[in-house]
Order: sequence, then structure tokens, then C-alpha cells
Amino acid sequence: MSTWEEEKIHDGGIYESSLDTIDGSIATLNLGPTHPATHGIFQNVLKVDGEKILSSEQTIGYIHRAFEKIAERRPYYQLTTLTDRLNYCSSPINNIGYLMTVEKLIGIEIPKRAQYMRVIIMELARISDHLVCNAVIGVDTGALTGFTYLFQQREKIYDLFEEVCGARLTTNIGRIGGFERDFSPAFHEKLKAFLKDFPTVFNEFDTLLSRNRIFMDRTRGAGPISAERALEYSFTGPNLRAAGVDYDVRVMEPYCSYEDFDFDVPVGTTGDTYDRFQVRQEEIRQSLRIIHQAYDKLPEGDYKADVPEFYLPPKEEVYNNMEALIFHFKIVMGETPIPVGEVYHCVEGGNGELGFYLISDGGRSPYRLQYRRPCFIYYQAYPEMITGSSISDAVLTLSSMNVIAGELDA
Amino acid sequence: MERKLTNDLVIERIKGQFGSDILSVETPYDLITMEVSSNKMHEIVDWLKKDETLKIAFLTNLGGVHYPEQKGREFAIVYHLQSMMNNFRIRLKAYVPIENPEIDSLVDIYVGANWMERETYDFYGIIFKGHPNLTRILNEDSMDYFPMRKEYRLEDETREDKDDTFFGR
Amino acid sequence: MGKIEDLEVFNGEGYQLSRLDKVIAAARANSVWPLPFATSCCGIEYMGSMGSNYDVARFGMERMSFSPRQADLLIVAGTISKKLAPILKQVYEQMSEPKWVLSVGACASSGGIFDTYSVLQGIDRVIPVDVYVPGCPPRPEQIIDGIMKIHELVKHEGMRNRYSDEYKAKLHKYNIEIDGKKIDK
Repeated sequence: MSTWEEEKIHDGGIYESSLDTIDGSIATLNLGPTHPATHGIFQNVLKVDGEKILSSEQTIGYIHRAFEKIAERRPYYQLTTLTDRLNYCSSPINNIGYLMTVEKLIGIEIPKRAQYMRVIIMELARISDHLVCNAVIGVDTGALTGFTYLFQQREKIYDLFEEVCGARLTTNIGRIGGFERDFSPAFHEKLKAFLKDFPTVFNEFDTLLSRNRIFMDRTRGAGPISAERALEYSFTGPNLRAAGVDYDVRVMEPYCSYEDFDFDVPVGTTGDTYDRFQVRQEEIRQSLRIIHQAYDKLPEGDYKADVPEFYLPPKEEVYNNMEALIFHFKIVMGETPIPVGEVYHCVEGGNGELGFYLISDGGRSPYRLQYRRPCFIYYQAYPEMITGSSISDAVLTLSSMNVIAGELDA
Repeated sequence: MERKLTNDLVIERIKGQFGSDILSVETPYDLITMEVSSNKMHEIVDWLKKDETLKIAFLTNLGGVHYPEQKGREFAIVYHLQSMMNNFRIRLKAYVPIENPEIDSLVDIYVGANWMERETYDFYGIIFKGHPNLTRILNEDSMDYFPMRKEYRLEDETREDKDDTFFGR
Repeated sequence: MGKIEDLEVFNGEGYQLSRLDKVIAAARANSVWPLPFATSCCGIEYMGSMGSNYDVARFGMERMSFSPRQADLLIVAGTISKKLAPILKQVYEQMSEPKWVLSVGACASSGGIFDTYSVLQGIDRVIPVDVYVPGCPPRPEQIIDGIMKIHELVKHEGMRNRYSDEYKAKLHKYNIEIDGKKIDK
């Protein structure tokens, strides 16, 4: 924000500045729900004076799919498919976060091998999410080549997900208690090939944009936010780290064996678009580091916990063994012994702290499942970040904040 | 990271300041859950932010729950707060009756509570006094009911081309 | 794909003779400009089909037009909620003739897994659809298969189809205005 303006907060979300306009006329520009610049469906009605933005009013909810109401209807094991569609660029993180919440409620421990497998999958999903965001920042500044290179690498990550669970994008990975099958030999081959080839292409993309004079001039100073304001707005994730606060759920409250791995948390200074871009670039490198460590130290063991009340027994046993048949029947019908209670668990998603607040009354479906969605919470700050800047900076700020419409509206 | 505060220390300190307004304290899954009377919530959250020992200055989540059976306490509003300096989390709850579902808004303490409260209003109809713009945020403005309440169904009521006998509703 | 069957061209000294509707069909089918109306997860799979693995540029479709006036094909990929339905209809009405609609994904075709109070159960409740691509999300190869079916429709469009009574009746069913005359509801 410029220092030569007087800002006043007006009407909860509409920021107006009492600035003298150039010729006294203010135009209303609708950065409407369907716009190539907004990667997602949300509306911003801007009041502009020439190119300078004076105020902005937001409307969201164009893709509200009532996830929280659906969650009260479906049994626990069917909700993983729903969590896929929250932040669909990195669905495995949402799936595993939800499964860890249910496992915390039930109180079961996952074997070490399954935890390391989860870490590998989650870090691959995080790389995939950051690749989309950075490629799109490049496209918005006019650098279209980076997009083609990075999306080809994303296809390799999709191949890896397909080996594990069968689907590319909406993965539905994991079960309550671990995974549905161990990593196949083809997965090991593909992962080794990916870890060997990806850094070269990624460094090539980095040399294209990171120290590029035009890119730096475009993105430095676009949409800054200070650390204090970011904390007031409950920012988390790369946006908060770019503003200077080193808060990462993987470090503060390690889950799923993250304490065994050695990685750094990149932090920016001004919270502008260039810092957000660089924080995500560095996080991709740190994620690669974690995957290397997890893959080299992958322990022997079982890929699932021994919880027959919640994890479907293998089909051979179901056809031959009475207890396995009864467990299978009860799990599919939803008569699982979920305890009564309430639990809040959070994971570090691609955009920040993704939290699940689950209240159970012992029945088939949750009594209340609320998603703490980072995109929804930090998108409130967008008007404050763009007031006083030009429209092109507003477009860049929006794409660098990585607002995913599925997570915004749920 | 290890935690510098323990649950007992925090409970002692809050009870020492607000003794009678804390209606109940539990620690399910090692997270302090305090039930607080709804007219004191604003004061308590403000004090937690300013207190030097606790420094609970970050609003993680804000949501509502509907309990239709509990008469007089139908709506619960649940606040998850955390302290980044001390790596500590706490959960506060306030219950309001359905006839008069009002509670003070936290927008003047945490700016990020703005949309979270609008979402809670949109889903449940809980009125946050002092909110600058309490309108619907995710649903259409013309919607005349609050969809997350337990008495309303998930599916669209006006749909006529689906036969319920085949879909097991 | 783009090859038109029985397109015979007679070459002479400085002139070429052919059937006009075949030439126009060839031109249209090989340069469809899409309007990606991508709302959610299917949008990311559509973006993947734009990448180099499943290139749609080989069909002449790499020029995404976000302006409805210059687009031929409206690709609706993702969930459409009731709040967004009037906007979708407005975008469809703003497109200039001839235009086609491709509905990508289960959510756009029929509401998908979201049978809720806020999701429109299929975009064919508000606009006429030509090709449906099922999947959640469909692989890029499936999206390209849908695009090729659109190409079949484009090739056999003819010159006068848009003025036929059948087409007018179809638009009338959706209360969409034709040629500036508003349909009375």
C-alpha cells in the first residue's frame, strides 16, 4: 500500500480510499466470475481511477457444493472422495489429512512404513500444487513456456499417483489405517526416474524466471502485505511465510513422522508476489529433499495398521473366515465402532493449515465435519493487498496467492 | 517443537482471571475445550490476545454446530485459537438458544473473523452483533432458509425428476 | 480428425473448384476456438490436455478465446452451481453463431456426486448441449475424444442449419433469444 493515501475500512470488506482522482471520475470494473485472469470462479468488482484501484468488493460462492452438509450424510470411509475436491491440485494431502483426523479420533497408530509412504505421497502432491501456481504466475506475466515444461513434469507425478491409487487428479488415496496396497515395483522405477529427471527441468524453469529482469520488475512490490496484517487475517502457508513468519505445521506440530526428516522452511521479507513465487520455488526443493530422505530410509513393515474393525480384510479371508466376513459386512454397512468425541487435526496443505474439526456421536456419519480452509481465510485480505496498485498488479497478486475455487467455497 | 505452556497452567491462569464465566473445562484428545458464557466471549478472547504469558493471538477457526435436542442451547459456536509464540492451541465454545441466536462479533479483535462469521451466519442463522456486513457469503442472497440446520435435507426440495424409492432416502 | 471425406478439388490455371460447404466445413473443423469455462477439478484436467503430453494445439485449438464473441466452442468443465447458472446462460447467449457446447465431467453433465441444494443438476437445464464427456475427472484423452465428436458435428453443420425450425425450437425450449428478439416466457 502506498503511504500517500488515507485508507478507511468501509462496510466490512470494501476498502475505499479518500484519494483525489485524476479527473474526478471513478469507473467500475467487473473482474467477473468468468475471467481468464482469475483462475477460478470468484468475482471482484473494482472501482478504478484510470489504472489505479481504489476499492474492491468480492463475491464468492459460485461453486458452493455443500461439502459440510454432505459430510453429515455419508459414512466415514466415503468422505475421502469428498475431501479430494477441496484443493484439487493436491488432493492426496486433503485425503491423508482427513484420514489422520479419523485415526486420531479412533486412537489408532499407523506403522512406520505406512507413515513414510504417506510422507512421500504428500510431498509429491505439494510439489504438484506449487508447480501449478508458479507456472500460472509465469503465464500471467506473459511467460508461456514455463507452463508447458512444468505441466509435462506434472504428468509424471500423475503417473506416480496412478500407480498407487488408480486415479490422476482426484485420488482418494489411503484408507483408515494405511494404504490399500503396497508400492508396486513400477512405482519404485517411476519414482527413481522422477527424482533423477525432475531437478534438471525445474532448474531450467528457475533460470527462466527467477533472475529475469522483466519478471522481477513485474512482481516486486505487487500486492505486499506485512506480517502483522497477515497474522490478523489468519494467514497460513506460503503466503504467511512470504510475509516473514515462519509458521509451518510440519515443524510446529509434527505429524506422520515429519520429525524424522531434516528440511528448511523458506521465509520471505515483504510478502509481495516475488517473495511468494520464491517461497514456493524453495519449498519444491525442500519437498524433493524430504522425498529423498523418506525414500532412502523407507523401513520394512506393513503398509496398514491391524484394525479389522475399520480396515477391510482381504477378500480371501472374507470368503473363508467368519470373523472377517462379519467385519467386512459391518464396515461396508457403516456400523463401525467410532467413539463419541470431538477432535481437531490439521496438516500443512499446499496453501496453509488445512484443518478438520470432527464431532462424532458414535453413528455412521460424522455429526459435524468442518473444514478449516486456508484459501477461504486468506482471500479476505485481497482488497487490502491491491488497493492503490494497478490492475495488472492485482491480476498477478491473485494468481500468486494460489486461490483454488474448490477450497474457497467448499 | 516442545511446548512451553501446559494445559494445567493455562487453565489455572484463565480461571484465575475469569473464574465464574468458565462454565466447564474438558481436555478431549489433549486440547483444552472451555465452555464460556456467550456474553463474555469477546472479553475473554481479547484478554487472551493481550496477556503476556499466554499470547494466544491467532484465530485458527470459527464455526457453528446445531444440536436440536438441547433446548435452550441449540447452537454452539466453536472458536479454535492458537499461540504461535508458545505453540499452544485452545478451543472455546459458547452456546446460544435458537430463539435468540446472538453473540458479539470478533471482527474488531481479528480481522480474519469477518468471513468466518458470515459463513456461520449463512449456514445457521447465528447473528454476530457488531459485524460490519452480515450477509450471505456462499449461498445465494435469495435463499430464505439456513441450510446447515439439522431439519433441512441435503437435496434440493423442489426437484421433481428423482424417485426417492430408488435412491433409498 | 480434420480430413473431410469426399472433398474433391479441381485445380485449374489460377483457380480451384470445389464445393463451398465442404471447404467451409474443413476450415471450421480445423480451427475451433474454445472458450474454457473451467470451474473446478475438470478444469485442471482440461489444462493438462492443453499441455504438451495431450496437446490440443494439433487440432488448431490452442488459441483459447475468453471473449464469447470470438469463440466457437463453449467447454464447460466443472461443477456449475445455481448461483453461476445465469452467468453461464449469459455467456452462451453472447456467443455468436455457429456455436457448440461441450459438457466435460460428471458435474456439468448431471450434477455429478453433488446432489445438493446448491448445485445445478446438469447444465442442460439452462443451455443446449451437444456432446457430454463423462468422468470424474475425465482423462485428457476422453476430453479429446469429446472434442473429436464435436468436430464431426462441425463438419456436417451445413450452411443453413442455424436458420432451421428445429434449431429455433431447441432454443425456444431454453428461453434463449434469437436474432435479438426476446422470447416471451
